[in-house]
Amino acid sequence: MSDDEIVLRELSDDDLVEQMKDDLYDGMADEVLEGTKILLERGWDANQVLSDALVEGMRIVGVDFRDGILFVPEVLQCAHAMKGGMGILRPILSATENSAKIGKYVIGTVKGDIHDIGKNLVGMMLEGAGFEVIDIGINNPVENYLAAIDEHEPTVLGMSALLTTTMPYMGVVIEEFDKRGILKELPIMVGGAPLNQEFADAINATAYGRDAARSAELAKALVGRNH
Amino acid sequence: MGAMRGHKPDSPRLLVIACGALAKEIVALRAQMGDGASAMTLQCLPAEYHNAPQKIAPAIDMILTERRDEFDQVLVSYGECGTGGALDQVLEKHDAQRLPFAHCYEFFAGSPLFAQITDEEIGSFFLTDYLVRNFDRLVIRGLGLDRYPHLRDLYFGNYRRVVYLAQTHDISLESAAADAADKLGLEFDYRYVGYGELKSAIKAATDAIVEYGGHDHVRD
Ligand code: B12
Repeated sequence: MSDDEIVLRELSDDDLVEQMKDDLYDGMADEVLEGTKILLERGWDANQVLSDALVEGMRIVGVDFRDGILFVPEVLQCAHAMKGGMGILRPILSATENSAKIGKYVIGTVKGDIHDIGKNLVGMMLEGAGFEVIDIGINNPVENYLAAIDEHEPTVLGMSALLTTTMPYMGVVIEEFDKRGILKELPIMVGGAPLNQEFADAINATAYGRDAARSAELAKALVGRNH
Repeated sequence: MGAMRGHKPDSPRLLVIACGALAKEIVALRAQMGDGASAMTLQCLPAEYHNAPQKIAPAIDMILTERRDEFDQVLVSYGECGTGGALDQVLEKHDAQRLPFAHCYEFFAGSPLFAQITDEEIGSFFLTDYLVRNFDRLVIRGLGLDRYPHLRDLYFGNYRRVVYLAQTHDISLESAAADAADKLGLEFDYRYVGYGELKSAIKAATDAIVEYGGHDHVRD
């Protein structure tokens, strides 16, 4: 570790950011954490560290996961590394005023389903994109989503499902939102491996998030902050 | 019916395409079937597709494109298995059937019992005979827990217990399943369920092929 530290410190900013993306890809949590600290010491804005090194690194991971080059365990390692870096950026970001959040995003896995890896990853990328993320966890009946809407007044709401048996429940939730007039005001995003655009359209979801990076982009677009 | 099409052999033929995780079970079931058993050809796909369900439908499409004509009937021994509708599209194209369940845990247990177990405890992780025998390869190595043991709680933090849905009475598998639960840090629950709906499906398919053969195709 101390060897790496010396090497990292000797790198120029650009090379360090490149190295951090590689380290994130390799799931090297200590190195990513160290790189994050170094950039901050060099006077980098926390937001920029987040977007240029961590979010960008994770975006590359997501692409390779989608293309079957990386697998779930490796992605989890990468996410773990990113989390480490975010751990020190988060308090700085919430203390500085220019970090005004671009929106509130409530996210949860639907009733009957307790898969949460994809949801957690999306949550992390949304946070990286500037959202305040309220994660309501797994196995959520419609009542939980409604309660979270009341309590947090989100700007976007996301649902995740990994089972073909739980996917249809997303439609049930959306229908309930529609009945209550919520759907007109609140964009609803859906995601999970067995879903596709066709399904999302069929259940009247506002947007379908194929992967974490794309989901963050879509969410930004939905709140009109994609530029 | 019964009339021969193209290059089909004289006796009616049944193709069973199965997930590798069911190979042993289907061979055992075939031995219990009557005349229809000899009409059955079994072709298996790698059990690893379980963790990569996007590969299932294209692989089955390839087999059926190549071999559908050789057979009178096809049973695809898969559930929906997370293909998100892709498998059903392929099956429709080739006039083939699958087991009408979400996944193997549901067709072994049967839908009512499966629902009851998950209602009782949503944090149930299921094992079958196959998964117990291959636990280290598919679960420990498949999820990378050998390389990254600390990921265990990221995967299984939401789970409370392992439910072993046993196909056979086998003391050594039962104790291996209990060890597996232990490795995952979960409680252990044992349920003997046998072959469940898999057996009914294989029986229905082999019976149907005998009937399909009718009198012209009585086998000796
Ligand atoms: C890892 C995994 C598990 C882990 C879950 C750990 C956890 N904490 O989540 C473990 C091993 C514990 C598990 C358990 C089970 N699983 Co599982 N699991 C998988 C597996 C292999 C990968 C899922 C995953 O995490 N992928 C990685 C993430 C990063 O990808 P993702 O989830 O797709 O998310 C991305 C996108 O979809 C999108 N996204 C996801 N959510 C959202 C939400 C929003 C709002 C947006 C915008 C985007 C978005 O962005 C994400 C990031 O890129 C899949 C197969 C597969 N390859 O999909 C099976 C799979 C989903 N599981 C399956 C099954 C059957 C089960 C069990 C019943 C098995 C058992 N033996 O008991 C239990 C479930 C019990 C229950 N009550 O829910 C089946 C489902 C079959 C079906 N008919 O639907 C699958 C398809 C495997 C199979 N072929 O049988 N599983």
